[in-house]
Amino acid sequence: MIMALLVMIFLAILLGLVLGYSAIKFKVDGDPMVARIDAILPQTQCGQCGYPGCKPYATAIAKGEADINQCPPGGDAGAKALAELMGVEFKPLNEEHGIQKPKSVALIDELTCIGCTLCIQACPVDAILGAAKQMHTIIASECTGCELCLPPCPVDCITMEPVLENSESWKWKYPIYNIQKAQKA
Amino acid sequence: MENRSPYIVNAPSVSTIMLKVLLALIPGIALYVYVFGLGVIINILLASLTVIMTESVILAIRKLPIKPFITDGSALVTAWLLALSIPSIAPWWIIVLGTLLCITFGKHVYGGLGYNLFNPAMVGYAILLISFPSIMTHWQIPNNLMASPSDWLDQIRVIFNSNLLPKETLDAMSSATPLDYIKTQLTLNQPLNTIQQDKIFGFIGGRGLELINLGYLAGGLYLFKEKIISWHLPVAFLSTLFLTALLFNVLAPDTFASPLFHIMSGGSMLCAFFIITDPVSAPTTPKGKIYFGAGIALLVFIIRIFGGYPEGIAFAVLLFNICAPLIDSLTQPRIFGHK
Amino acid sequence: MQLKNIFKFNGGVHPDENKSASTRHPIAKLAIPKKLVLPLRQHVGHVAKVKVKPGDQVLKGQMIAEADGNISASIHAPTSGKILKISEEILPHPSGLPDFCITIEPDFEDTWIEKKPISWKKIDRAQLIEALTQSGIVGLGGAVFPTHMKLKINQNQTIHTLVINAAECEPFITCDDMLMRERADEIIQGALITQSILGAEKCVVGIEDNKIESYEALKKAAQKTTVEIKVVPTLYPSGDAKRLIYLLMGIEVPKEKRSVDLGIQVFNVATVAAIYRYLELGEPSISRIVTITGAVKTPQNFEVLFGTPLSDLINAAGGSSSKTKKFIMGGPMMGFDLPSIHVPVTKAMNCVIESSPELFPDPKPVMPCIRCARCADACPVNLQPQELYWFSKSSQLEKAREYNLFDCIECGCCTYVCPSNIPLVQFYRYAKSEIIAQDKSKEAANTARERNEFRLARIEREKKERAERNAQKALGAQEKQAEDEKKSTIAAAMERVKQNQQENVKN
Repeated sequence: MIMALLVMIFLAILLGLVLGYSAIKFKVDGDPMVARIDAILPQTQCGQCGYPGCKPYATAIAKGEADINQCPPGGDAGAKALAELMGVEFKPLNEEHGIQKPKSVALIDELTCIGCTLCIQACPVDAILGAAKQMHTIIASECTGCELCLPPCPVDCITMEPVLENSESWKWKYPIYNIQKAQKA
Repeated sequence: MENRSPYIVNAPSVSTIMLKVLLALIPGIALYVYVFGLGVIINILLASLTVIMTESVILAIRKLPIKPFITDGSALVTAWLLALSIPSIAPWWIIVLGTLLCITFGKHVYGGLGYNLFNPAMVGYAILLISFPSIMTHWQIPNNLMASPSDWLDQIRVIFNSNLLPKETLDAMSSATPLDYIKTQLTLNQPLNTIQQDKIFGFIGGRGLELINLGYLAGGLYLFKEKIISWHLPVAFLSTLFLTALLFNVLAPDTFASPLFHIMSGGSMLCAFFIITDPVSAPTTPKGKIYFGAGIALLVFIIRIFGGYPEGIAFAVLLFNICAPLIDSLTQPRIFGHK
Repeated sequence: MQLKNIFKFNGGVHPDENKSASTRHPIAKLAIPKKLVLPLRQHVGHVAKVKVKPGDQVLKGQMIAEADGNISASIHAPTSGKILKISEEILPHPSGLPDFCITIEPDFEDTWIEKKPISWKKIDRAQLIEALTQSGIVGLGGAVFPTHMKLKINQNQTIHTLVINAAECEPFITCDDMLMRERADEIIQGALITQSILGAEKCVVGIEDNKIESYEALKKAAQKTTVEIKVVPTLYPSGDAKRLIYLLMGIEVPKEKRSVDLGIQVFNVATVAAIYRYLELGEPSISRIVTITGAVKTPQNFEVLFGTPLSDLINAAGGSSSKTKKFIMGGPMMGFDLPSIHVPVTKAMNCVIESSPELFPDPKPVMPCIRCARCADACPVNLQPQELYWFSKSSQLEKAREYNLFDCIECGCCTYVCPSNIPLVQFYRYAKSEIIAQDKSKEAANTARERNEFRLARIEREKKERAERNAQKALGAQEKQAEDEKKSTIAAAMERVKQNQQENVKN
């Protein structure tokens, strides 16, 4: 009885030492957590999560201040990836922060624009070109679709246009394949 | 719009493949009947009936279409393999229970056809062997060795109600298998050549059993010709078993039986051509198949010689089934244009 | 015909060839249609730049859209007529999505622009390639890669072997076969020109052993030349460039490398014939041979002007005989359903098959994969399709990439031999395009991050600069004050001194 206990205690100590040693010896020096979280975030910089951008949100997640399901552009897939990285349970997107919308880009109605530069100041990725009293325009390829330029516009000349599929961006779909369906057909 | 190229296919269906496997078992079964009588046929019928009913119920519960999955024939293969693995005079509920276990715990708990981690027949066999060791090691004596050859009605009586027969009849009908016999006699310090003088030994393997093994070999060659199985698994298995047995036999001929005895006894041939060749639970890469077959053969030999059970195929196969994904990932073949 | 020195690749399949129906008649010229629709994207690379506007009169062979940059190809008017419109039309593409096209209304005069043959022996390579950029020639085997780009060789590269792909391994397709039978001379001439442009020592034509007539024709045409005609076994996909190179030379083109890196360049027979026509006759790429076969009444090969509506081609082949009215572009192994019978014939269209339930029955119910590995045995790239299927099906895309999904050539051999009727290739296509899309959005996210970081840094910098300016201003004010104080102290001292002096004077 005593012998068995001793053996078990000895084994526990030995294995503990091995584990502790390997934890120090084989420590993975990956990217710091913030950068790894930031790499998953979609970088729209829209602030819907309640933080002034993707990096601040990433920092907040790393510190444990923010939840993983506050990013609407990332959607459920993003939350899943974050859950996996953080080693926590997956949570569906928190709709308080908004819902996932199809990718859109902003479009300025150039006839209505008065050249106030307010949208230029709001754009987080400098995707709007223009100067005071000059018509502004959006570099569509750089626009993240964050919608931050919409509220400041005094004449409401900016609209969000969903990005349509064209022959270049077209993708093969997941094959429809289901034995039950095939049976009925 | 659908884009379903290639528009043409040319492949045997899963049903055809399984049907050919069943066909390939026929020579072995025929010889089985010749040696031991009709008992095995009853077991096969019982197993087939149980498997069809059980699987239909499970498919209905799982809300899957019944017809395509019953007609794929994979469940029948499992049932037949189990029926051929258990003693032909085991009571009827053994095969029924075994088949039930195969289909539920060997197949459908993992997701059904194509998803089973283990060989379903071996799962059922292993559970039976552990649960009912006495029944599962009481093998029938070949007909021509019995004092009064048992007629097939006796067999049916044994299978359906062993109590109806006097104990003497029962004992007269059954014995240990040659592998079992060698093991027990060796512990009594008998030299091997004396042991093998016993009437249950034939020319190479067990009397009668060697014939059945030849039947399986013939079926296996048919499967190979039909391209249902590749050469890797049977060749790796049989050659490793042969070579290992040869090594031990050369070192100590008094203790270790000849290599030919090993490949012609027990379930060696059934294992080589029908059990380890179950594609779902075996590796898929050519190299992987070789390691898999060789590993199982080694383990079979070790269990036969040093283990507690006379035959080790079921355990060896199950243990290596666990390793199949790992073997696959470690033996990826070289891709065209890669180093 | 004998097979000598052939290196066999792993796998491959041999489906029923179905080639005889469309080789009974010689190649016929299809009449000029009422309307020609020319897509601006008929090639790999940048969309061509439009050079005409609606209402313009064009002549046959006149360039109507110009190659935009290096990887692009020009488009020429296939006949003379009037530009009707430039608009979005449905294309022969698996997506069925519309794209920009130029529509020409032919005047049925078929007046050629002045043909300018190029004396390719006299001008240097750079000029020749420049000239070919104008030709509109792209790979006519179906890859539609701009041909001039394949002739452009870096200084540090040398090409030792030119391989002419005459394998035409897909069932049903016979356009190359008929071209070889009827215009073997053009092909051999084109091959010799191409060989000389590339500076290659050797030129090998690889042809499958089921095209005896073509082989004889090529052999005859190549009699007094150094062009070698080599026969390869009929085994799909021998016509895949990397597979053909291996068959002919035993060389495996390594992963992520092109055959050019090994000194080998591959051209299709129709492409070299087009090069010949452009350089020797001055005719740009305006038509091609198209096989129309399957359930149509009289399967045949036609020489068709680009932009001709498919319906015209169907009518020329006696019309359709199947109720389903479904048409496949390409062969039965790699082709796809056409979205409509009004799509135009393009440079990529080598074959159109009318589908019918008898020819191509509906797929059987899909059973689970039993890991039988028949697909792995059939895979010409030696991949493990069953593993790729597993990962693609469960959208474990990174895993699929790790198992070399992108080495897959989508030849369809795996699906062809699958006992469970699993549409494997469709899963690979899905996984590939999903991975590409994800990579693209990852790249876009990285750009957005950089731009955001730059902006934040800029704002920070501006803030700092402003603060500095303010501080400077404040400092200036302080200094002035200090100076003033100093001055006043001095003044006060002076005053005191003055007072003292005055007092002293008084005393």
